[in-house]
Amino acid sequence: MKLQGNELQINGIIASIDRDNIDTDQIIPTEYLKSIKKFGFEDYLFDGWRYLDDGKLGVTKDQRQINEKFVLNISPYDKATILLTRDNFGCGSSREHAVWALRDFGIKAVIASSFGDIFYNNCFKNGVLPIQLSKEQIEDLFKLSQDTIKEISVSLDAKKLSIGDIEYKFLVEDNLLERIIYGLDDVDITLQDKELIKDFESNRIKNKPWIFAND
Amino acid sequence: MPKTLYDKLWKEHHITTLNSGESLLYIDRHYLHEVTSPQAFEGLAKKDLTPWRLGANIATPDHNVPTERGDSFNMDSIDDEISKIQVVELDKNCNRFGIKQFDITSNNQGIVHVIGPELGYTLPGMTIVCGDSHTSTHGAFGCLAMGIGTSEVEHVLATQSLKVSKLKNMHVRFDGKPQSGVTSKDIVLYLIGKIGTAGGNGHAIEFSGSYIDSISMEARMTICNMAIEAGAKVGLIAPDKTTIEYIKEHSNLEDDLFNRAKDHWKTLVTDKDAAYDKEIHIDISAIKSQVTWGTSPEMVVDFDANIPNPDNAPEEKKKNIQLAKEYMGIGSAEKLTDLKFDKVFIGSCTNSRIEDLREAAQAVKGKHIADTILEAIVVPGSGMVKLQAEAEGLDKIFQNAGFIWRDPGCSMCLGMNPDQLKPYERCASTSNRNFEGRQGNLGRTHLMSPLMAALTAINGTVSNPS
Ligand code: SF4
Repeated sequence: MKLQGNELQINGIIASIDRDNIDTDQIIPTEYLKSIKKFGFEDYLFDGWRYLDDGKLGVTKDQRQINEKFVLNISPYDKATILLTRDNFGCGSSREHAVWALRDFGIKAVIASSFGDIFYNNCFKNGVLPIQLSKEQIEDLFKLSQDTIKEISVSLDAKKLSIGDIEYKFLVEDNLLERIIYGLDDVDITLQDKELIKDFESNRIKNKPWIFAND
Repeated sequence: MPKTLYDKLWKEHHITTLNSGESLLYIDRHYLHEVTSPQAFEGLAKKDLTPWRLGANIATPDHNVPTERGDSFNMDSIDDEISKIQVVELDKNCNRFGIKQFDITSNNQGIVHVIGPELGYTLPGMTIVCGDSHTSTHGAFGCLAMGIGTSEVEHVLATQSLKVSKLKNMHVRFDGKPQSGVTSKDIVLYLIGKIGTAGGNGHAIEFSGSYIDSISMEARMTICNMAIEAGAKVGLIAPDKTTIEYIKEHSNLEDDLFNRAKDHWKTLVTDKDAAYDKEIHIDISAIKSQVTWGTSPEMVVDFDANIPNPDNAPEEKKKNIQLAKEYMGIGSAEKLTDLKFDKVFIGSCTNSRIEDLREAAQAVKGKHIADTILEAIVVPGSGMVKLQAEAEGLDKIFQNAGFIWRDPGCSMCLGMNPDQLKPYERCASTSNRNFEGRQGNLGRTHLMSPLMAALTAINGTVSNPS
């Protein structure tokens, strides 16, 4: 199963939200977690900031009161593929819906000075690249993307992003990156180690039987 | 080499190191609820797989369930069609795959993190996961417990394992005796205020110290529950006498198995010379009751202290403080004690256990909620808590004081069920997140202890609990 094509390059417009601690409730409010689907969350991304009225699952963007001031409602940022923000992006709940909403909107990379742990993990399973830069670098990017609309380009294999004259390297573990590049499915990969898991389990049943007492 | 408790738990569950450098950990217990599981079950079915070890899984609906149910309630009675779909879907999936579920009509239904321990499904030394970040709660029993995303829920169902990278070790030591009226909720809020909501990112936090030794399992769960609010996926407390007594009472392990297990549990402690990556030592005897003023749990102060003024704040904090104050409608109020509250919510996986309800009931006994309070609700965390509270007459104490006594669920902790704030309503809440819109669109949440929330109901404002 492929979630994403083999993209080695992400190009596009950068939209910035100048806030720390943007939590998963901001990225997608709880109302929309009622969906039992894995796709179709694009209209609900940043719902509380993007619209002036109260939304409901199933009510689409064209039926809503748009907040014209919010960056993702302003052309050309409504087509942004990269999001720039501050510290601790994606803190809060474990809901993968937050990443699904970013992905469905078309965001392919998020740049922040740090990320919530569970959110960070969820990103790689859905083809969204979290890029961690230093606070100084983030500050520079904010300055740079303030007045003029900036195109940014991210090279996945070179782990490098460029915007204007600036070029930053970033760190990300290869195995996580590969998941984005190849769209690998973890369940299939792990089941190749089926026998190892079985052996481990039989040992555990023998040595720690109380764990299995309710089975 | 000396090991921390986290290192030991990690080692005990380590199946293999993968080519990727990550590890495959064996998962002992998997809790499920209706919100983060449907897409995982769909993935499982698409691959033509079934759960690896059925008995590892325990499910219950909690996020979407209405809390005014009465006796003849069933799934079909849920008014919100979309909520109903999730609850029905969980039921269908559990039936289809044979997973044990405490459904909406069960006496044991409740918030997944409340029912797990009280029904004896959480045992020390287990790895426990759930598609919910507050899974850290179970760390109070010396479990390696953490929240996972939906893709991982599918992975755990299919393989009984989880791919993870090891976290760093952080140690938070709480020593001292709390002042009167100061509870575990205050202590953990204080910690979050100190280290920030990103303070524990990438770490497992182990809590210890004379304060931890002295408190109940309920209070320990409150602390580990909020480890995630300090950024840590994992919170941990080594099992001790208090833990073992709790397990003895709540699990149905037969004696010989229990005794064997007990010997093992005693080894689940950090070795004497083990090194942590980060150490924090807090003397809790000086801590006052904590109440949040902003839109992140780190925006917290002593209940009677001044709310931060952006003009005096460091440059990088100014904007966040300003935005939060605007959202919270703080206006010209200087202190939390100047703010008038509209609603009170006592509940959530942080503070809906019997001890929390006892504390709150004690404070409202013989009194009545203020005229200005529009609604004050008490939502027990589980069917068991509810029954116990009723047996002790707590429901009557609350009702006589003007509170509404509800059925178990997540309730007003998050705006997914009928219990929601209206725009601009100010709520004294015992839950764990004060994010914008968390309790309903434009609602204003102040996090605090059950005791403080009870007093806020009586006085209409935050006040001195001692
Ligand atoms: S009570 Fe709140 S925090 Fe706890 S599981 Fe329910 S929604 Fe999540």
